Amino acid sequence: MSTLLIAEFDQNNLKPASRSAITAAGQIGGDVDVLVIGNNVAAIAQQVAKVKGVTRVLVADDAVYTKPLAENFAPLIQSLASKYSHIVAAASSFGKNLLPRVAALLDVDMVSEVTKIIDASTYVRPLYAGNLNATVKTTEAIKLLTIRPTGFVAAQDGNEQAPIESIATTGDKGLSRFMGEQIQTSERPELATARIIVTGGRSLGSAEKFDALMTPLANKLNAAIGATRAAVDAGFAPNEWQVGQTGTVVAPDVYIAIGVSGAAQHIAGMKESRMIIAINQDPDAQIFQWSDYGLVGDLFEVLPKISSAL
Amino acid sequence: MKVLVGIKRVVDHNVRVRAKADGSGADIASAKMSINPFDEHAVEEAVRLKEAGVASEVVVVTLGAANSQDVLRHALALGADRAILVETTEHLGSLATAKTLREIAKRESPQLILLGKQAIDDDAAEVGQMLAALLNLGQGTFASKLIVADGKVSVAREIDGGQETLELNLPAVITADLRLNDPRYIKLPNLMLAKKKPLETIPLGDLDINTATKVSTINVAEPPVRAPGKMLNTVDELIEILRAQAKV
Repeated sequence: MSTLLIAEFDQNNLKPASRSAITAAGQIGGDVDVLVIGNNVAAIAQQVAKVKGVTRVLVADDAVYTKPLAENFAPLIQSLASKYSHIVAAASSFGKNLLPRVAALLDVDMVSEVTKIIDASTYVRPLYAGNLNATVKTTEAIKLLTIRPTGFVAAQDGNEQAPIESIATTGDKGLSRFMGEQIQTSERPELATARIIVTGGRSLGSAEKFDALMTPLANKLNAAIGATRAAVDAGFAPNEWQVGQTGTVVAPDVYIAIGVSGAAQHIAGMKESRMIIAINQDPDAQIFQWSDYGLVGDLFEVLPKISSAL
Repeated sequence: MKVLVGIKRVVDHNVRVRAKADGSGADIASAKMSINPFDEHAVEEAVRLKEAGVASEVVVVTLGAANSQDVLRHALALGADRAILVETTEHLGSLATAKTLREIAKRESPQLILLGKQAIDDDAAEVGQMLAALLNLGQGTFASKLIVADGKVSVAREIDGGQETLELNLPAVITADLRLNDPRYIKLPNLMLAKKKPLETIPLGDLDINTATKVSTINVAEPPVRAPGKMLNTVDELIEILRAQAKV
């Protein structure tokens, strides 16, 4: 048994979500080979080689892989697949875009958003926005999984250095081209992996008030800022801050929901948080049913008090 | 340019779904059903392309039992021109669904295929990518904007941390995110008109697809309930908890 894990990284670092997937791969058992696909990625490969639990690092280094186009990445993974019992990636926008394409090329059904590994072929995944958990078993010869990072701790660096091998690339399929991106850069921790998250809802009232109340608190707590879908749709916060079924799924140590009503699709994205604290004007807000601690009060009085006390 | 839109009939998003007592699946026998919300955005986008003169025809397709006609009629009322029901009572996996859509795409030869980015029942988000692979086409998943011009489509995609733009050759497969558009409200005359639009039924057996899946569900259960929380009376109590327990 052996697993091929598709690494995801930014300019400088292996993503924490991939480290969580490495932990999940370790629970499957057998070797864990990590595939680094990119352009000028020698430093990333070195970094991956140090992560605990990694058996080998495979590197496909080519200008054609500068950006993660599924049309070009999928055939490369397909070319390696026959040597492996499992192929896994984090259930990030990268992994969710890529792995189903690989599955179809291999003519197999896959299992997405795995939150728990029961054994090498049995997994738990959520259905209906996390209202249900399904235990599923696959008898496919090659098992493809995306791993929801919140279900697994991130693998840390170890003392050993795994061997690094170059592999043959499969070229440009000519179906797609990268044109540009707008990536939010921030000094703040990344939403998906932050230890503390403060999330604002629509009752903050406006983009200005959202910023005025949330930013000082987030700064004091060194927290990532999240937003509900309603707050994003109202223009208070950018899309990539959205926490929920269709936004980012998070499970920080501390989740502070501020003026959040507690819609089902929002709960689906944060209910695995270790501690949930809710502050809301409305004592009947749904969010309190999901909270470890709740406080009813005027946000515009309570929040500045907290920010200045910390 | 012909646009093919794949849609799915799912439990309405307002319904709180529970597990069957024997753990064999979700208890949805009497639940209100609707078009999958992401698919509604896909239909809306196709209709807007037609209204803008970019698309010439919008064809919607679904897989399911005879009662799936209701979501096809909904799509026709939104402005699609005709509908195809691939009729089956089987529950198909993502790969079999993608293979079925491939057969329909071969018959219809669309220049653009639109689907929702995921169905809100199994939340898998797989079919669009699989279909693109099976047809050897480019894929624009989680799309929040698309522009068709000069035999190509430019797609803005919602990704972790921001947005990226890809250019794909046509034909291409696009999966819709919620911010792609705001689906219109259906007016009564359009609902009446939709009843007169053509709806073709194709038995799944006629398409000669291997529909077996090797992924089986062993058990479905509701997640453990969170222990009841504590309501605090003062801001100071909250600050104390943040300091003592959240270690800030």
